[in-house]
Amino acid sequence: MATRKAKGGSQAAAVTSPTDDPEFALRSLQEKYNKQGSYKANDDELMEFYRQMLLIRRFEERAGQLYGLGLIGGFCHLYIGQEAVAVGLQSALAEGKDSVITGYRDHGHMLAYGIDPKVIMAELTGREAGISRGKGGSMHMFSTEHAFYGGHGIVGAQVSLGAGLAFAHKYRDDGGVCMAYFGDGAANQGQVYESFNMAALWNLPIIFVIENNQYAMGTSTARSSAETEFHRRGTAFRIPGMDVDGMDVLAVRGAAEIALEHVRGGGGPVLMELNTYRYRGHSMSDPAKYRSRDEVKEMRDKHDPIEAAKAELIKRGIDEAKLKELEKDIRAQVGEAADFAETSPEPELSELYTDVLVETY
Amino acid sequence: MAVELKMPALSPTMEEGTLAKWLVKEGDEISPGDIIAEIETDKATMEFESIDEGTVGKIMVAEGTENVKVGTVIAVLDGDGSDVAAPAPMPSASEPAEAKEEAPTEPAKPATAKVQIARDPDLPEGTRMVSTTVREALRDAMAEEMRADDRVFVMGEEVAEYQGAYKVTQGLLEEFGAKRVIDTPITEYGFAGIGTGAAMGGLRPIVEFMTFNFAMQAIDHIINSAAKTNYMSGGQMRCPVVFRGPNGAASRVAAQHSQNYGPWYASVPGLVVIAPYDAADGKGLLKAAIRSEDPVVFLENELMYGKSFDVPDMDDFVLPIGKARIVREGSDVTIVSYSIGVGLALEAAERLAGEGIEAEVIDLRTLRPLDTGTVLASLKKTNRLVVAEEGWPTCSIASEISAVCMEEGFDDLDAPVIRVTNADVPLPYAANLEKAALIDTPRIIEAVKKVCYVD
Repeated sequence: MATRKAKGGSQAAAVTSPTDDPEFALRSLQEKYNKQGSYKANDDELMEFYRQMLLIRRFEERAGQLYGLGLIGGFCHLYIGQEAVAVGLQSALAEGKDSVITGYRDHGHMLAYGIDPKVIMAELTGREAGISRGKGGSMHMFSTEHAFYGGHGIVGAQVSLGAGLAFAHKYRDDGGVCMAYFGDGAANQGQVYESFNMAALWNLPIIFVIENNQYAMGTSTARSSAETEFHRRGTAFRIPGMDVDGMDVLAVRGAAEIALEHVRGGGGPVLMELNTYRYRGHSMSDPAKYRSRDEVKEMRDKHDPIEAAKAELIKRGIDEAKLKELEKDIRAQVGEAADFAETSPEPELSELYTDVLVETY
Repeated sequence: MAVELKMPALSPTMEEGTLAKWLVKEGDEISPGDIIAEIETDKATMEFESIDEGTVGKIMVAEGTENVKVGTVIAVLDGDGSDVAAPAPMPSASEPAEAKEEAPTEPAKPATAKVQIARDPDLPEGTRMVSTTVREALRDAMAEEMRADDRVFVMGEEVAEYQGAYKVTQGLLEEFGAKRVIDTPITEYGFAGIGTGAAMGGLRPIVEFMTFNFAMQAIDHIINSAAKTNYMSGGQMRCPVVFRGPNGAASRVAAQHSQNYGPWYASVPGLVVIAPYDAADGKGLLKAAIRSEDPVVFLENELMYGKSFDVPDMDDFVLPIGKARIVREGSDVTIVSYSIGVGLALEAAERLAGEGIEAEVIDLRTLRPLDTGTVLASLKKTNRLVVAEEGWPTCSIASEISAVCMEEGFDDLDAPVIRVTNADVPLPYAANLEKAALIDTPRIIEAVKKVCYVD
C-alpha cells in the first residue's frame, strides 16, 4: 500500500513508523450515525420500547424493595436509569440467533429479551423456580434458550467470553452476532484489550458495548480513566467506535442498526459507548455518597429515558388512558412476579450436589 | 590450537539429538556465525552456528547419527592448521546398533523402559501394541477427535505454524487447516476466555497453554468461568473445554517456569483434572477429556513428552476418567503417585524388590474426581502407604491422600502415611540445588523403608 511505504530508500527508514492509513476510517460508523440519526420507530414499536423500559424500571424498584425486606440477599445491582440501553440494542437483535452476554447488572438485559419476570425474581429470592434454580442469584442468570449467556460476576470476564461466543458464531458460520456488554469500570480490565485484539485480528462478529454509567462503583470515570471517551478505546485495534446517547431509546436503536449492519456485513467488531446513568447506588449496599443529590436529580428530571419515550408517545397523540392501562398491567405483572418469588419453595437440599459436573465418572 | 566442537544442548530438556546434516566438510574454512550443521532436537531441527574460526579438521560424528549425547565431540576445528591428536570418530549412521552400545552407560533419568507396566485389563485379546512417544500419543488423540467431531478445534500460542512449542500439535495445521488449528497472540487471559466462551457457545475447544505456569494469567476463566457456570446456571450452561499443556518442573528453568498445579485445580469443584504418566494414558484420557461435557484441566509433563511407551493399536482407544490404575502389584506397601512421579515410584519399587519389599504402585491418573476406592483397597491389602509427588508438600495431592487414608482407612494403617515431595521452596536454578529440591527415587525408597519399619 502506497501510504505505508517508508520515506526515503534507506534501511533505517524502513523501520520508522509508517504514516497512518488515511483509509483507516475509525469514525466511519459514527459519521454514518450522525447523518442517519435516531431510529424511526412507528407508534407500535415505540409503545413496545416504552413497555419494556417501564417493566424493567418497575421490576427493579420491586427488587430493591424485596432486598430491603431481606428476601433478596448478597449483591443486587439495579438497572434503574439505564433501561434504554438494553431495550434499544436488543430490540435490533435476532433473538435466539444472536447471542448476548453481560456482567452482574443483568436483570434488565433478561427482561429486554422477554424472559419471564417471575423466574428472574424467583432467582433473586433464591428459589427452586428461579432461572438458575436458585443457585446463581442476581449476578448469575442465564437462558440458553434465548441465547442469553449471563450474568457474570467477575468484572470484565464477559468480554473475553463474549469474544468466544462470537468465535463460535464465525466457526459455525451461523450468521449470528454477539453483543457483549460491560461497564466503564470493566473497560479498564486488561482482558478487554486482549479480546479487542483477537476480535479484530480474527474479524469476529461482535459488538462491544460499554455502558458508561459514569461510576465504577464509587469511582467516577474521571478518577479512573486516562481516556474517558471510551468509544476511542478500540483505536489501537482498528475497531471503529460509536458514541451514543444511552438515555434515548431511539438513538440507541438507531446506532445499533448501523453497528449490526457493519458486523453482519463482515466488517468485524464494533465498539459502542452508551452514555447512561444509574439512579441507584452501585449495589443495594452502596449509599452513593460520591455524587451529589443534585446530579442525580438533574439526570432523573431532564434525561430520563422512560419519561422521554412517554412524552414522545403523547406528542404522537397516543391516548393517555392507554398508557395508564399499560402502567397498570406492568404493576400487576411485577406484583405477580414478586408474589411468586416470595411464595415459591427454596431448592431441595439434595440440589446442593447437583450440576457440579455434567457427567458421572 | 584445536577446538573441539561439541553436541550442543539446544533446549532445556535436550539430552541427546540427531546430527541431521553437516553443512561443512573437512578442510573447509569457517568463521564465527557460519552455520555448520543441522541438529534435530526433541522439539525441532536447529541450525548449529560456529562461534570459532578455523579449518574443519576432523568430523567425528557422521551425519544421520541419532542419539548423540549432549557434549559429545562432533568435530575438531584446527585453529592454526596444526594437526592434533583427535579422539576416535564415532561410528557412522550406517552402524546404529554399535552406536547405541557405545553410548554412555548411565541410565536415562526417569528410567521407565525396564519396568513392566500393567495395562488396563479390558484390552481386546491380541491387541497390537505400538511404541509411541507421549508427545505423539497426545497429538494422535487430538487428531482422532478432530476427525470425529467438527466442533473440536485447538487454539494456543504457536500451535499451528510453529507446530507447537513442544511439538505436541505437530501436523495438525496441515490436516485440519487454519480454521481449526489457531495460533493466538501471547494473551492467556484473553484466549482462555475466548476458548471458554466458545465452549459455552457450543464448540469443543482444546486450549493449549505453552506451559501451565502461564495459565495463572488465565486462571480466573478456568475457575470462575469454566468450572462454576454449569452449577450457577442450574445445569443450563455447558462448558466442554479442555485446557492442556505441560505442568510441573522441566529442567533448569527455575522457579517461575517450574510448578505443579495439580493440587490447585484439583481443589476446585466443577473441574475434571487429569495428569497422565505414560503415552497410552495420555492418549486414552485426552480423548476422553475432549469428549467430556465438563471442563477438563489436562496436565502433561514436558520431561515425559519424548519418552516412548506401548500404546494399543485400536481404532478408538478411550480410557475412563476418574479411575486410578495399579501399575505394579505388590503386597508390602503402597506407593501412590501420578504424572512423572509414577516413573520414580516404579523405579523405587524395582529396587525395593531387590531388598525383599514388594511395593504396589498406584497411578492416580485423574486428580479430580479422585479414585479413593483404589487407594483404600490397596491400603487394606498392604497396610502401609507412601505418596510420591513432584510438587510442593503443603496442601498437595499427597496431603489429600493422607487425609483420606486417615479418615476412611485408619484401621488399615500400620504406620503413618508419608508424603515424599519436592522441597517446600521455589525451584532453584543451580543444578545441585535443583536436584536437591526435586523428588527422587532414593527419597521414595527411604520413605517406604520408614513405613515398613526397615532401617
